[in-house]
Amino acid sequence: MESKTPQLVIRTPEGIVFSQPLAGPVMRFAAAMIDEFILALALSLILSFLRQLAPLAPGITTFIYFLAVFVFRVFYALVLEWLWNGQTVGKRVLGLRVIDEGGMKLRFSQVALRNLMRMVDMLPFLYFVGGVACLFSARRQRLGDLAANTVVARIDEAPQPDLEQLMAGKYNSFREHAHICARLRQNTPPEVARIALQALTRRDQLDDAPRLALFEELAEALREAATFPDSATFGLTDEQYVRNAVDVLFRAGAGDRVGSRHASEPARAGN
Amino acid sequence: MIVDIHRFTLEEEPYWRELEAMLDRFEADAAYRPSVDELRRLHYLYQRTASDLARVTAFTAEPELRRRLETLTARAYAEVHAGREHAYRFRPLKWFLETLPQTFRRHIRAFQLSVVVVLVGAFFGGFALAIDEDAKGILMPFPHLLMDPSDRVAMEEEGEHGRGMGQMTAMSAFYMTHNTRVSILAMSLGISYGIGTILVLFANGVMLGAVFFDFIQAGETIFLLGWLLPHGAVEIPAIFIAGQCGLLIAHGLIGWGSPLTMRDRFRELAPDVVTLIAGAAILLIWAGIIEAFFSQFHEPYIPYWVKIAFGVGELALLYLFFTRFGRSENAATAQGRG
Repeated sequence: MESKTPQLVIRTPEGIVFSQPLAGPVMRFAAAMIDEFILALALSLILSFLRQLAPLAPGITTFIYFLAVFVFRVFYALVLEWLWNGQTVGKRVLGLRVIDEGGMKLRFSQVALRNLMRMVDMLPFLYFVGGVACLFSARRQRLGDLAANTVVARIDEAPQPDLEQLMAGKYNSFREHAHICARLRQNTPPEVARIALQALTRRDQLDDAPRLALFEELAEALREAATFPDSATFGLTDEQYVRNAVDVLFRAGAGDRVGSRHASEPARAGN
Repeated sequence: MIVDIHRFTLEEEPYWRELEAMLDRFEADAAYRPSVDELRRLHYLYQRTASDLARVTAFTAEPELRRRLETLTARAYAEVHAGREHAYRFRPLKWFLETLPQTFRRHIRAFQLSVVVVLVGAFFGGFALAIDEDAKGILMPFPHLLMDPSDRVAMEEEGEHGRGMGQMTAMSAFYMTHNTRVSILAMSLGISYGIGTILVLFANGVMLGAVFFDFIQAGETIFLLGWLLPHGAVEIPAIFIAGQCGLLIAHGLIGWGSPLTMRDRFRELAPDVVTLIAGAAILLIWAGIIEAFFSQFHEPYIPYWVKIAFGVGELALLYLFFTRFGRSENAATAQGRG
């Protein structure tokens, strides 16, 4: 089924086509409101600090406050979007990113221009002009985006499991049996390996009973693929068994790396 | 064609992770300079991932994987095709002494148009006040400008409203930030096909013309010049430059006589507009300091001729800066092109 979300479609010189879903005005407004809240919080903190100093040097504190308001308002989004590749705090929270309309890397002038143009997009109140422009634009662009050749895309990047953290320095008794490890890699169905990895990374999201049942089932499937001797499995819970097996499946251990493979490359052979 | 999508994912995962890690490293520092080996590896991983994306596109049952690869390919594409701009660190002195005046001269017509609009506004303001003195409240909507110019001069010279250092410091910040905001607005309104920019410039011209007419008519020309020139010699050209930026944006939108598409026009103009508005902001910071700490002192504290000479000196320096600086670079560029 075709998505109704507007997409930025880019065709690379190599002929590969990829698309980026574009953020609509509501998501963008929500991100802007998060940023506004952060700005208001920062400025109120500065103000309360300056109030303490005001009796000592009223002129200087007023000077600092004027400048702080200006600098925060003008440079907050500009600096963050430049340093964080098109993201402010609000955009980061909601999974949005400013990108070049042609898929190229953002240039500083683009980031600066779209943020300076914010002044007109905010007119007359609450981003009314920018919101209307965004609503009627095929690429969901506010006026600043139009001038800077930028769009705001949704980045649905699911965090990838950190394999290095999986074992977190724990001893893996399976690795003492290299030939059985090889058999495990050879015989484990890829879908089982994938489910086992997902189960480990999401273990905290599961209730106790279903978690125990899931790991029992997974351990059973892994035992069918390869049987380790009792000395390697003694005292291991099902979850620990699955953890050791996933470590063997997804991480090449010392001594059994193949060629120039990446550390996190699955160490199984063949297809 | 992929026979087993799960096995395919397992086998390609390390390459995607490597590309992700590499992109994170590149994106973390805009000025990062990768080695040739890193670039080769990046290119290889990009092509491999793009190829993987093309292969999984057929698998509609794997939308998550497709989204992930699309995002990864997009990031890598941007990095592989990054412009040369990213290879260099920003050099502020070179930017200020060469890029800014060169950019200004490259778009001199927009600046001239900006000056003309302000001058037309000024003539209109002076003329309107000449034929209807009651219009003062509309033409100069600031309370301190509404009083009789001679009374104002007397009050300023007697120092009745004498400001302390703290108040002047606070005022300088107000002048800097307020004027810079107005300048950014004048620039931004260029997106209204230049109409908004022209209205802002015209309105400023009207106000300026009315003030000039009011003080000259009252015989207070020397005071006016002594009061306005020290900061106005820099502030008013800065507003012209902001107008120049707005008119450039309007040109990008309209594109008269340009064979480029609107997107390409804006791509060309954006660095120049940002350079010019940043230059205007620097000028306004200077003007704010002068307005608070120098312009508000009058005779007998500071003779008017000193203030006028100071303002004329600033104007001459500004003229020299924008017309002469960065010329050798221009000539070298022209020779290179020739």
